[in-house]
Amino acid sequence: MTTVATKTSTAPELSRARSTSAWLHRHPSARLLGLLSLPGLWLVVAYLGSLAVMLIAAFWATNDFTGAVEHRTTLDNFRALVTQPVYRRVALRSLGVAALVTLVDTLIALPMAYYMAKVASPRVRRLLVVAVLTPLWASYLVKAYAWRVMFAKGGVVDWLLSPVGGHGPGFGLRATVITLSYLWLPFMVLPVFAGLERIPDALLEASADQGARPLRTFRSVVLPLLFPALLAGSIFTFSLSLGDYITVKIVGGASQLASNVIYDNITTGGNLPFASAAAFFPIIVMVGYLLAVRRAGALDDL
Amino acid sequence: MPSTAGRRLLVATMAVGLLVIYLPLAVVLVNSFNSSRTFSWPPRHFTTHWWSQAWGSAGARSALRVSIEAGLGATAIALVLGTMAAFAVSRYRWFGRDGVSLLLLLPIALPGIVTGIALNNAFRLVGVPFGLLTIIVGHSTFCIVLVYNNALARLRRMGSSLEEASADLGAGIWQTFRYVTFPMLRSALFAGGLLAFALSFDEIIVTTFTSAPGVQTLPLWIFANLFRPNQGPVVNVVAAVLVLLSIVPVWLAQRVSGEPVGARR
Amino acid sequence: MHGRPRTALVAVVGAGLLVLAGCGGSSGGGAKAADSAPPVPKVAMLDAVGAGEGQLDLVNWAGYAEDGTNDKTVDWVLPFEKATGCKVNDKIGNTSDEMVTLMKSGQYDGVSASGDATLRLIYGGLVAPVNTSLVPNYATVQDFLKNRPWNSVGSQMYGIPHGWGANLLMWNTKKVSTPPTSWGAVFDAASPYKGAVTAYDSPIYIADAALYLMRTKPDLKITNPYALDRTQLDAAVALLKTQRTLVGEYWSDYTKEVQAFESGNSVLGTTWQVIANLVTSDKKATVQAVIPQEGATGWSDTWMVAAKAKHPNCMYKWMDWITSAKVNAQVAEWFGEAPAQSLACDQTSDKTFCATYHAADKAYSDRIFYWTTPTKHCLDGRGNVCTDYATWTQEWTAIKG
Repeated sequence: MTTVATKTSTAPELSRARSTSAWLHRHPSARLLGLLSLPGLWLVVAYLGSLAVMLIAAFWATNDFTGAVEHRTTLDNFRALVTQPVYRRVALRSLGVAALVTLVDTLIALPMAYYMAKVASPRVRRLLVVAVLTPLWASYLVKAYAWRVMFAKGGVVDWLLSPVGGHGPGFGLRATVITLSYLWLPFMVLPVFAGLERIPDALLEASADQGARPLRTFRSVVLPLLFPALLAGSIFTFSLSLGDYITVKIVGGASQLASNVIYDNITTGGNLPFASAAAFFPIIVMVGYLLAVRRAGALDDL
Repeated sequence: MPSTAGRRLLVATMAVGLLVIYLPLAVVLVNSFNSSRTFSWPPRHFTTHWWSQAWGSAGARSALRVSIEAGLGATAIALVLGTMAAFAVSRYRWFGRDGVSLLLLLPIALPGIVTGIALNNAFRLVGVPFGLLTIIVGHSTFCIVLVYNNALARLRRMGSSLEEASADLGAGIWQTFRYVTFPMLRSALFAGGLLAFALSFDEIIVTTFTSAPGVQTLPLWIFANLFRPNQGPVVNVVAAVLVLLSIVPVWLAQRVSGEPVGARR
Repeated sequence: MHGRPRTALVAVVGAGLLVLAGCGGSSGGGAKAADSAPPVPKVAMLDAVGAGEGQLDLVNWAGYAEDGTNDKTVDWVLPFEKATGCKVNDKIGNTSDEMVTLMKSGQYDGVSASGDATLRLIYGGLVAPVNTSLVPNYATVQDFLKNRPWNSVGSQMYGIPHGWGANLLMWNTKKVSTPPTSWGAVFDAASPYKGAVTAYDSPIYIADAALYLMRTKPDLKITNPYALDRTQLDAAVALLKTQRTLVGEYWSDYTKEVQAFESGNSVLGTTWQVIANLVTSDKKATVQAVIPQEGATGWSDTWMVAAKAKHPNCMYKWMDWITSAKVNAQVAEWFGEAPAQSLACDQTSDKTFCATYHAADKAYSDRIFYWTTPTKHCLDGRGNVCTDYATWTQEWTAIKG
């Protein structure tokens, strides 16, 4: 309510709740402060606070013998990450995988969501939404392992492709991209579907009436309107792929991604400072990505 | 409307898409009857042994309970905080308002491992004992945005005129919220809450870093058991059951909100 | 980002720094410059076992504390709870490193630590010396497991041995024509099995390469695969980088390894006896597993008591329980390793079990270099010129590329 309160309560007896209510009604800024207090405390103090403390740890060293964190400031961790070529390779590989997963999901989600939103009857539409959503409830790990079984030599993928003389990609980065695309597909379909639903059918018909062929309508009318929704979906597919370290262990053969480096250093090496330094990479990428998406005005479309 | 050929192409894509979505789930279901202890493919023999063993698995059942408790706890916190934030953004103009979406989105956009390590480190620093509570805190942090987005979209769409009318007619702000705003917001909150619950229910990475001994969520139980030769097949059973059970919340969503869970507006 | 969140962030960062500065200093220092072994933190030892405290919080390998929730017939926790009144809460540690991290949290009474974790725990002051006279079953534990470098300092035991095993060389007998007798088979750059070689996915695997170099490259003067100076580590890393081109996938859990051998994705590589047994019992692939001529790395697990255990009496009762003949046999069979308790061999349900696992075979055990934490202070007594495990971890990342 942005209007200034114009009425004061005239009730003769005010209960406490009522008096607070009236007071709050007269003081919008107090209402705002109240509303912001809890979420603010939670996210700014608890979440950003934890994040900040962890990031500070990146500038610390560890004891050579006990592995205990020592509070002396050093840039060694960053120096190692920047100078050793392996980390650059892993970082680029992770970006590539995340981008590829996002692309694959976009290409699959677009026609599926289009069919759901614009072609299917309302009853079928509901069924389809349920059908796309249901796998989200099956355990992520189990699905990833199912793909492992499918990609194995002589597994389902080989078996399906053998009639056409092909065979599956085997374990490796390709298998990782396919599995991740599978896992995160619903996170792309849903926003795109919602975005398509918001585009009035009349608009598409008008375009057709003006003589535009379907593909032209799609390119010139649907895609621009859908762009924010696509960006919104891509935040999920991109960030979830960038953060994954389990799938690549299951189907990735001998490959590793950026999150494996963080995970290995924290759990295997017990090296919090180095892991924190390595965590700067996904943080910088994702914050940059979010800022870019916000500039495109797509944050509200999630 | 697309042409007939285009239409056929769309139908075909949809069909293939669904097939690919369900193929791995079918593999899981078949493997739950696979007699091999490491569910190697193709199955040679079939057995219902794993199903009966899963039925008697107290570990899986208690993990399910922990997961539901954690999911409900996280969803409750997300509902309260997400709604508050949505009100603050939709009904007031203030300095920094534009940063809210970004801030709320951060926990879900940053890799789980970053959030997990950060929280784990902070809990230890402050001396919070690990347990169900820390899992709930971790989960709600990234669940808030789901409720917030749903609530914000609804609040913006319905505008504030009804609330103003209610106030003009003498209703206090609590009354206005209870009788005017909340009923209109309910289905959006439900959709957001369900999504939050779903996300919490299958979360593993942040949970890995925020749980304690004896407090195991279902994904953690699955993670611990999937890699053991005597237990892997039981995990397939649990996953198959989860897929079947997931019809409950999805059906509930349809009934209560009258719209699919994903369609948030 | 508009003003508010950023200023808030800065404020929080500032506050965080203050908090951390306040608690700093306590863990700094230590023995860095001195060439002597670092001091072992003084931790008191229990004098007598009193009444149980009613609770017991454990960190253990999957399968070490089964309470029948996974398989009704596999249960040695409930009988323990009934006998002692100590309720067991167990947390599975998936890797040695995770276990150390968990023990650092100070929430646990004890841990089933492998040799690559024990020294970190001892020198980190996280575990207490064990008064073996309070653990009656310790007397009949295999002698070759007592007072070893990974479970004791000086002649003081820091835990009770639980079970052990070797990292074997396994191959698919149908796909690999000549049975390999040397680890060279997995390091040969011209291997005909390129893409189907597998290796254990952990920095500790660097020791396997070091063991091979120790036998084949005497110039490097490696005497202990866990004590590598920079040159020696670089040689091992170079060997592993060559191996990387042969590896189809690295494995870290049984399921993955068994599946890979059964499907034919892997035909040659490191394994555990239990994995070989599983593959054999599934009859999808025929495999053989041996200790090659160079010897092998392996693990020997030890139950240790946390320095700040809240329930030390229950932990002592547990250590005695888990090494009792019958229970130790049960655990060993379920997990697939050699039991530490010599009397356990009479209690196994499979009478050939101890023979299969060479449980009483000292000579076999002597060919194993048990996982030990690499530290800056060389384990072979050369001083502080060795590379530590954090370094190995980073090299492992570089090896995988």
